[in-house]
Amino acid sequence: MAETAQTPRAEPGPLREGLRAYALIAAMWIRSTMAYRFSFAMTLFANFATTAFDFVVILLMFSHVRGLGGFSFAEVAFLYGTSCTAFGLADLALGQVSRLGRRVRDGTVDLLLLRPAPVLAQVAADKFALRRIGRTAQGLIVLIWSLALLDIAWTPAKLLLLPLMVLTGALIFGAVMVAGAAFQFWAQDGAEVVNAFTYGGNTLLQYPPSVFAQDLVRGVVYGVPLAFVNWVPALYVLGRDLPAGLPSWAAFCPPLVAALCWIPAGLAWRVGLRSYRSTGS
Amino acid sequence: MRLYAVVAAGGFRRFATYRVATAAGVFTNTVFGFVLAYTYVALWEERPGLGGYDLPEALAYVWIGQALLAACGLMAGGVEEEIIERIRTGDIALDLHRPADLQLWWLSVSLGRAAFQLLGRGVAPMIVGALAFDLALPEHPLTWPAFLLSVVLGAVVSFAIWFLVALSAFWLMDGAGVVQVAWLSGLFFSGMLLPLNLFPGALGDLARALPWSAMLQVPADVFLEKRTGWGLLEAYAFQAGWAVLLLAGGRLLQSVAARRVVVQGG
Repeated sequence: MAETAQTPRAEPGPLREGLRAYALIAAMWIRSTMAYRFSFAMTLFANFATTAFDFVVILLMFSHVRGLGGFSFAEVAFLYGTSCTAFGLADLALGQVSRLGRRVRDGTVDLLLLRPAPVLAQVAADKFALRRIGRTAQGLIVLIWSLALLDIAWTPAKLLLLPLMVLTGALIFGAVMVAGAAFQFWAQDGAEVVNAFTYGGNTLLQYPPSVFAQDLVRGVVYGVPLAFVNWVPALYVLGRDLPAGLPSWAAFCPPLVAALCWIPAGLAWRVGLRSYRSTGS
Repeated sequence: MRLYAVVAAGGFRRFATYRVATAAGVFTNTVFGFVLAYTYVALWEERPGLGGYDLPEALAYVWIGQALLAACGLMAGGVEEEIIERIRTGDIALDLHRPADLQLWWLSVSLGRAAFQLLGRGVAPMIVGALAFDLALPEHPLTWPAFLLSVVLGAVVSFAIWFLVALSAFWLMDGAGVVQVAWLSGLFFSGMLLPLNLFPGALGDLARALPWSAMLQVPADVFLEKRTGWGLLEAYAFQAGWAVLLLAGGRLLQSVAARRVVVQGG
């Protein structure tokens, strides 16, 4: 998993070490969650239904209109499915890093520093929430449904782009989550700012870029490059013009963008971790 | 009575100390406000007058939603997490022995919190929204106090629901599942995702009759002057009715819990 590749550790095989720690901790939390089976079933259902309700809103909108920003229902469903699946995967693997601020506040990061495993792997796997698979499942269902409705002129390139954009999209969202977690080393109570980019970004990407002000679109192309999660490759697959006047080859850039996102995210994490000061009490 | 006023003031001050969290919340509410506002523009351009709102009214609805999100506890009441934790650890046994009523105590904390959230997290996104978009603002000056009363009633209904959710932890121990379901219902049936006027047929009727509509849809309609005269009194009666019913439910559950449940602890 790429997040552990960025973990700033100098020992041999940090990736393997991180993955092993991540898998062990995650497995422990899954066993622990299963102790409260009723609660797990409810949270799994809620996680599935939360995102389903997001989609119900789109269904309700399209019960009143035939198109939104010049896009049909099937096209919006395609954008929804790709963004939601990518976000769901990132949220499942790394969503728990948003709890870091709380750990900094109560001083329990100390514990993580003492254990012989990469801190990022420990934070990411902490209270690993299997229920989050509900979001991914729901996004995938909508994605498959939209593919059945759409009439896409498939080419080998487009076939390749589809699974690729979901995976690289998850990596881009993951980088934003890790960078956001690093930010919490300083702004301990500021966890909600990250939501604006993660949950807010996911909501944004569910709608076509033509709906939004062009300054906002340029912001997510050139600023926080969330547009590369699905807008840029998805619009290419749909055979439409790319947002912000990008050339069509930009549709193949998401892997590069994802890699570029992890550089500042990894650096921010490293700097954040170094600057950590334990609480006094 | 004085005791509860002091508790409420404490609730206000306590949440006022989380300055970074408040600033972060304002930022996030504003970003969501922008995203939703643009989708509403696209929707209302296709269908002007949808749900009985014109575009400035629909946009005002978006920003009222962002302003009330924290104050009316649409996604989290703010106190239920602490009550659940106290139930889980057994600290609740101490609370039940105090010479103050459990429900009234937390209602006071919750209202103090709501007052702060309205000022701290509600005003700023509303101003940004009004500067960036053409919003429908009340024509009649008395609409403002009428709106405020409706928000207070909405906050009471919200607390009553979250208190019931929290007490479920007496039986389930881990309250996370119920909290999530309540969070979900709050999001969908309050009208946060889409005004309830846009819900079709029976779903719309159901959503408008459920208590969650008292937390956003009703105050928003008061703000937009859709509820005036007798309609306004009806709106208040609807909110107050749910508040009384749900608070009574919480009281019943509290007395059953206090009598029957074996408290955790070691």
